[in-house]
Amino acid sequence: MSARRGAGIAAIAVLALAASACSSSKSSGGASAAAKDPASVKGTVTWWDTSDATNEAPSYQPIIKAFEAKYPNIKVNYVNVPFADAKDKFKTAAQSGSGAPDVLRADVGWTPAFAQLGYLQPLDNTPALQDASDYMPGPYASDHYNGKIYGVPQVTDTLTLLYNKDLLTKAGITTPPKTWDELKSDSLQIKAKTGVDGTFLDAASYYLLPFIYGEGGDIIDASAKKITVNNATTLKAVGIAQDLIKSGAAVTDVTKDGYSNMQTAFKDGKVAMVVNGPWSTSDDLKGSAFSNADNLGIATVPAGSVKAGAPVGGHNLVVYAGSKNLDASYLFVAFLNDAQNQATIAAKNNVLPTRTSAYSDPQVANNKILSAFEGPLKSAVGRPPVPGASDLFTPLDTDYQAILGGQKSAQDGLNDAATQFAQILPDFSKS
Amino acid sequence: MRPLKSLGRSFDKYWYGWAMAAPVVIVMLVLVGYPFVWGLYLSTTNADESNIGHDIGVNHIPPSYKSVGLHNYWDILSGNDGHFYSTLTWTLIWTFVNVFFHITIGLGLAVLLNRKIRFRGGYRLMLILPWAVPGFVAAFAWRLLYNDNGVFNSVLKYFGMHGVQWLAQPTSAKIAVIAVNVWLGVPFMMVSFLGGLQTIPKELYEAAEMDGASAWQRFRMVTLPGLRPVMMTVTLLGVIWTFNKFDVIFLLTGGGPAGSTDILVTHAYQIAFANIRQYAEAASYGVVILSMLLVFATVYRRSQAKLEVQA
Repeated sequence: MSARRGAGIAAIAVLALAASACSSSKSSGGASAAAKDPASVKGTVTWWDTSDATNEAPSYQPIIKAFEAKYPNIKVNYVNVPFADAKDKFKTAAQSGSGAPDVLRADVGWTPAFAQLGYLQPLDNTPALQDASDYMPGPYASDHYNGKIYGVPQVTDTLTLLYNKDLLTKAGITTPPKTWDELKSDSLQIKAKTGVDGTFLDAASYYLLPFIYGEGGDIIDASAKKITVNNATTLKAVGIAQDLIKSGAAVTDVTKDGYSNMQTAFKDGKVAMVVNGPWSTSDDLKGSAFSNADNLGIATVPAGSVKAGAPVGGHNLVVYAGSKNLDASYLFVAFLNDAQNQATIAAKNNVLPTRTSAYSDPQVANNKILSAFEGPLKSAVGRPPVPGASDLFTPLDTDYQAILGGQKSAQDGLNDAATQFAQILPDFSKS
Repeated sequence: MRPLKSLGRSFDKYWYGWAMAAPVVIVMLVLVGYPFVWGLYLSTTNADESNIGHDIGVNHIPPSYKSVGLHNYWDILSGNDGHFYSTLTWTLIWTFVNVFFHITIGLGLAVLLNRKIRFRGGYRLMLILPWAVPGFVAAFAWRLLYNDNGVFNSVLKYFGMHGVQWLAQPTSAKIAVIAVNVWLGVPFMMVSFLGGLQTIPKELYEAAEMDGASAWQRFRMVTLPGLRPVMMTVTLLGVIWTFNKFDVIFLLTGGGPAGSTDILVTHAYQIAFANIRQYAEAASYGVVILSMLLVFATVYRRSQAKLEVQA
């Protein structure tokens, strides 16, 4: 079992730009039709968008129309795929060789993994990379794998503490909590004074990361090739999350509907604080609690004993290697991600652009919610640049749920997670 | 040579029969035979998504998986994979409890509805409804009922009790998935038994009544034996279906919380299609599941045949 993925993953280089001689893919060459004569390109581009279907997706429609107007020979087939299903759905389609989209909006964590499996088309020397120097280096790094570039960053994000200002004021709290200890006492105070729950913690393991980073740990140590998910630091971090729930300061939901229940509770003013990212704010603002948008507070996630840290997330636009319409796909990626369209989407959906120049666009600069994320983004922690890293969350979810649900002790749960991690990253040592 | 010759003669004589059957045989071979053999082969390798090999656009990735013999089976049956025996236990409980309730409730309702009562057509229609609802629609509807803010909790809260996170605790989640599957499966059993009841000659009941048999005795001595053929078939079908009942569990809890409601097929699905795709291991699970059902079906049919001889 341990030799399963040996050959593939042993070859993983860190995101450094070390050029590799044994790359399995051939470049399609720089002189593509799209670069020479964009107007002559024909075809249909199927785009799997993973943004929220009701709150975010409508903002893309005018941009797609504008693209089709500019390139009358290209048709865009817009498909909204729920984020939670997109990874498995894309893998199934890509592996079977039919049904995969031409362009996919892929999580930053998936990009190197898909590239390693050969599913993605390198974008070097294609129109898709126009103005690449304008991309923020952090998000852009997630597109590099084995010396090639496999995508462009579309949005970036990090987790923050979102809070209901009215509820905090009612409970007599003037500033949002800065540490998990403060979050605990504030939550209990809110519950006592207003009757609503203080904090709703998502039970997915991605939301555990701020606790782990807060203690100065991580789930793996990529440079030392060590699995650290079950070491003392992580154990302490999980203990903090456990204690929040046991003490009644925070509620959680380990069912399939956990995320939407968290959103509903926060939107309706039934819970005062959540840890969530900028993507959720356009949904929050539709709720009764935030009919006055100023009521939504945004702060850096609370700190643990070492620091305050949340993961850098976001999405890339990637092109499927089996696409029949590569040239059209490059043009679509370039158009969708030019600075102006990025700024428009960012302002409408309250998501953070990845182009430096987009931030000087007045739509972005004047958006209060977006500027509130600047601080939290500065203290955000990059995720380990290992292709298997995004696969680690699935087993960790199961064990984190079992820990929060009281079915396993924290140590047992984390040890089980470490065993699973070792299968995904066979060249990593267990601590 | 003999059989070949007789085969040839039979072909000469009944060539049209062979020709008629050929398309079906070919389709079955392609749709069932090929995947089955391929699955058997995969289960003896270490194939996963990274080494299975594929051609995508300009990328050609050659297959690099290799034979590992029976290692996958050893991994599963020795309990090394850490999931098999706990999942199997729950799968057996799940199957037994479901089939038990399907049959008892289905039989009870069938007997009730077989009598002349007012609005019989209406009752039959209402009881058959769950069957008309596609499984996934039912699962999503029930998920809403079980939700924190769902109907069940609203009722509890109305009476001043605390809401329960139905799908968040292993025990309540297990009860919840069984309840949904019982609700879904009873109509089929009811209709089957209704059909069976109507084949029992009225004269038998009349004769029994003449002999002074009580209602319970008539049920035990006339109805149950009369239903045996139906009972045998639906039990066998019910066990196989329920053992492999994927949609209810997958859509209601996704196997959660923390894998506690995973039955063997949903677990195998997760190995094959969630996260890292371990095709070889999932294929081995498939073979193990198939073998268990084959053994069960054989033993069950034998024992029933014996009963029939005795009766």
